[in-house]
Amino acid sequence: MADASHAEEPQGAEWLMRAALAPAGPAVAAGTTPKVVVEGFTALFQGCAVLRNLSLQLFPRERLAIIGPAGSGKTTFLRSLNRLNDLEAGFSRTGRILLDGQDIYAPGTDVVALRRRVGMVYAVPVPLPWSIRDNLTYGPRLAGTRDRARLDQLVEESLKNAFLWDEVKDRLGTSALNLSGGQQQRLCLARALALEPEVLLLDEPCSGLDPISTAKIEDALAVLRAKYSIVLVTNNTKQAARASDRTAFLLMGELIEIGPTEQVFTNPAHHRTAGYITGRFG
Amino acid sequence: MRVPPAVTQRAVVGLMWTLAGLTLGVLLFIIAFVLWKGLPNVSWEFLSAPPRSMGREGGIFPMIVATAYVTGLGVLIAAPVGLATAIYLTEYTREGRLTHVIRFGADCLAGIPSIIFGLFGFVFFVITLGMGLSVLSGALTLALMVLPTIIRTSEEAIRAVPRAFREVSFGLGSTRWQMVTRVVLRSALPGITTGIVLAVGRCVSETAAVMLTAGSALGLPRGLFDSSRTLSLHFYILSREGISMAKAYATASILVVVILAINLFAYWLMRRFVAKVR
Repeated sequence: MADASHAEEPQGAEWLMRAALAPAGPAVAAGTTPKVVVEGFTALFQGCAVLRNLSLQLFPRERLAIIGPAGSGKTTFLRSLNRLNDLEAGFSRTGRILLDGQDIYAPGTDVVALRRRVGMVYAVPVPLPWSIRDNLTYGPRLAGTRDRARLDQLVEESLKNAFLWDEVKDRLGTSALNLSGGQQQRLCLARALALEPEVLLLDEPCSGLDPISTAKIEDALAVLRAKYSIVLVTNNTKQAARASDRTAFLLMGELIEIGPTEQVFTNPAHHRTAGYITGRFG
Repeated sequence: MRVPPAVTQRAVVGLMWTLAGLTLGVLLFIIAFVLWKGLPNVSWEFLSAPPRSMGREGGIFPMIVATAYVTGLGVLIAAPVGLATAIYLTEYTREGRLTHVIRFGADCLAGIPSIIFGLFGFVFFVITLGMGLSVLSGALTLALMVLPTIIRTSEEAIRAVPRAFREVSFGLGSTRWQMVTRVVLRSALPGITTGIVLAVGRCVSETAAVMLTAGSALGLPRGLFDSSRTLSLHFYILSREGISMAKAYATASILVVVILAINLFAYWLMRRFVAKVR
């Protein structure tokens, strides 16, 4: 009922323009070098396995949706990709995650640099209690960008890419807390984009948003695919169906199935996948 | 016989009002009494001149300077140490035996009577370290005394910063230290400042601890190792030795006005902090 189904048709000419920018079809062609390779990855909290022996690949310029019922390890997987789980007490893991062929869990890895390359948007929009501009320039400043013109350029670009520029361009100096929920989430997307990352992680980015805001975020992802590898965790199977190129189905910490979105949704290989996407459980 | 609940309710509310009124009444009475007795004796000369004949004549200028000196130095020492401890406790360790020991220690320190701090300061700073009765000894003693207040208020302020802010900061590629300085402290600053301002208030009003450490010299302190007499101690000596009740009340009224101003400032900061967190 209250899902985002009427967000399936973005509006008019704007959409055509954006669609033209995005490359046609998934970029999972044979021979493409994967951006991220997950090999036999197991994540444990207090010795309890939350992800079991997960292996998958993420390619450049694709949107990979991760679906699965609550507690299936979707968020843990996402947070493993930028090592945010390291902050939790009792986290341990086995297996490898390679970013451009480098194991991100290898000893001596620069975690700060890793998190710059792998941007993240959280389920609940968390603007820092500063101005819109300060929110966007925080990451670049940490990375050492001081040049004002360059920062202004990053602010404008990232806001445009997150489809927020027109709504806030005249009040960049005002508090980000005054934005609506949907605008805050797009600000968080823009904030991640301002880092100029290579991989973009989105953890149920639309879970608290209205259909129009959801549509704007999905539109942004369609355009951003041209530049980034995107992992989208979502509880909304319809969103996975319309906003991803490939879909992976997780259940109880295990990867049940991964494949082109169309195939997973029309002709799933596993009966558990079929059961979940048709709403029989989950 | 059962008392009807409505009667109990009214009786309890009445009692609360009476007790609350009494508290406020006593406070207002003390302030009004001190100001009424003291303010008529306050003049520009009283504020700007040194005392003559042991304080019977003249003013309290050296005491104002000594108070500012000892308090300022004490808080300047205690604030960084306290803040660093609070940051360590909240951001750099997980809860464990060590954090419990530190917190328990801070709470014990907070419960020790100030005269004991004075005694410790006298034995340790004045005698053992040979600093003598001096501004420095007094400041160090006061620093120890207000340290727990600063640690606990800073800790509360830092804890009030949402956990999500920290994750966002890490997610945007900050080190822990950058996260602490640019996100956490930026949000917690009003709360931390409130704690420090309250510590200033405690230092200004402290008598016993400075009596044994900062000394009671009437002259203007010019260096760290000069003996000095703070406002509260001056008041104590003037009244205790029966030197001049008029001058004593005048000193007290200045003290009350300063403490009141500091507390109002802290209250204002606190309200601003609460409004910001919401």
